[in-house]
Amino acid sequence: MGLLDRHRGYRDAYDAIRASGADPFNVRFDEMLSPTEGRMGARRVIILGANNYLGLTFDPACVEDSVKAVRAWGTGTTGSRIANGSLDAHLKMEQALARFFGRRHAMLFTTGYQANLGVLSALVGRGDHLILDADSHASIYDGARLGHAEVIRFRHNDPDDLYKRLRRLEGVPGERLIVVEGIYSMLGDTAPLKEIAAVKRELGAHLLVDEAHSMGVLGDRGRGLAELVGVEADVDFIVGTMSKSLGAIGGFCVSDAEDFDLLRVVSRPYMFTASLPPGVVASTLTALGRIEQDAALRAKLAANAMRLYDGLNAMGFETGPQPTPIVAVAMADPASALAMWNGLLEAGVYLNLALPPATPDSRPLLRSSVSAVHTPEQIDAVLFAFAAVGGALGLVRTPQRVSA
Amino acid sequence: MTVNVTDFTLTEIARAARSVLGRPVTVTSATDIARDLNVDSLALMNIVMELEDAFDVSIPLDRLAPVQTAGDLAALITELRERA
Repeated sequence: MGLLDRHRGYRDAYDAIRASGADPFNVRFDEMLSPTEGRMGARRVIILGANNYLGLTFDPACVEDSVKAVRAWGTGTTGSRIANGSLDAHLKMEQALARFFGRRHAMLFTTGYQANLGVLSALVGRGDHLILDADSHASIYDGARLGHAEVIRFRHNDPDDLYKRLRRLEGVPGERLIVVEGIYSMLGDTAPLKEIAAVKRELGAHLLVDEAHSMGVLGDRGRGLAELVGVEADVDFIVGTMSKSLGAIGGFCVSDAEDFDLLRVVSRPYMFTASLPPGVVASTLTALGRIEQDAALRAKLAANAMRLYDGLNAMGFETGPQPTPIVAVAMADPASALAMWNGLLEAGVYLNLALPPATPDSRPLLRSSVSAVHTPEQIDAVLFAFAAVGGALGLVRTPQRVSA
Repeated sequence: MTVNVTDFTLTEIARAARSVLGRPVTVTSATDIARDLNVDSLALMNIVMELEDAFDVSIPLDRLAPVQTAGDLAALITELRERA
């Protein structure tokens, strides 16, 4: 018996998807023409599923600073932050992130995934209680598994359900850490953070918000959902990523917590991996400056998100509950989701196909993420493709309703 | 007595599974949750959430790792209720 036999159940499903003529989980771009356009073979494709919210991957200043850093500091650190892998740039980026969020401390991780692993596994331990929103990202669930706290889920975006579950713990010893996200990555909905903060205050707990998809996107200064709804003082820890609005890769945590620096010597996902390469730290530091200085980028992003969200809803597609840069279309079943995904790609639009159990409510999703640097013409081209492909598949009735 | 408690818990597990999966299921103590009910990790967590409400008890996810059968799950619920 082979070691991989236990995953056989996935084989049939994966083979069925590939039999449709494409492999959504093995897409390859042959050239990147801009933050919003790529080439696949002979076809130019609008990229609508890259989490590149501010389009900074090709920002000339970010690219230039990254190139300079590679020339000056080399291609990699080849070591951990607690060994040889801390360069001047890492400390500068940590100071910049702390200042940006108005916190005393910041800590870099090599990926956003590792930031959740490293923070959650170190903040709570045996006898403590980790209370997660049910729709939390896989990195939050995996971080919960890496630690030894009791893990309890509450119903997605339901502060009353959170209240009920915290109440059940009354009198039980141990710390409580509530974990929610600014914008949820599948449906693009935001957390009811004001209400969640109120529950936290009433029943006593710590609160961590993952602003991976909301940093640089929400709030007057781009600090995320906590800033937007005015509850930053209630948030004890913010985790984020440098792979979305900051346009590269990396993760971080900021906080005012006393003894925060102890995380550096107890968090295994921080300690036992090589630190971020100099070119990445340099470009993300410059990108953070762009977020601070260029509020117009966020305004353009919001306008693009609204244009796509309204357009899809007008056609009769079922989207998430609110317009954010993540616009997801719920599909009835995997077959129609796959047909739509393939049709859109043939029509020159790439977006993400998300299949259960990676989606809420066991429904397949066509997940878009809009960028500030998509042009209105690109958004209209996307809407035209949705109408044409959806019409051809009989999923929407009036493709001609879309106006360019 | 223990048998009755277990039977009742199994009935609730079946009800929760039907509610989450949206299809009829038969549950006995020996039912293998992943194999016999064809339940993925997310559906199992959602079934557990229903059971938490039915029994007004928290069932920590970290306690589910050794649970394989409906009987295992019923025993875990009984243990957690006695602790509460």
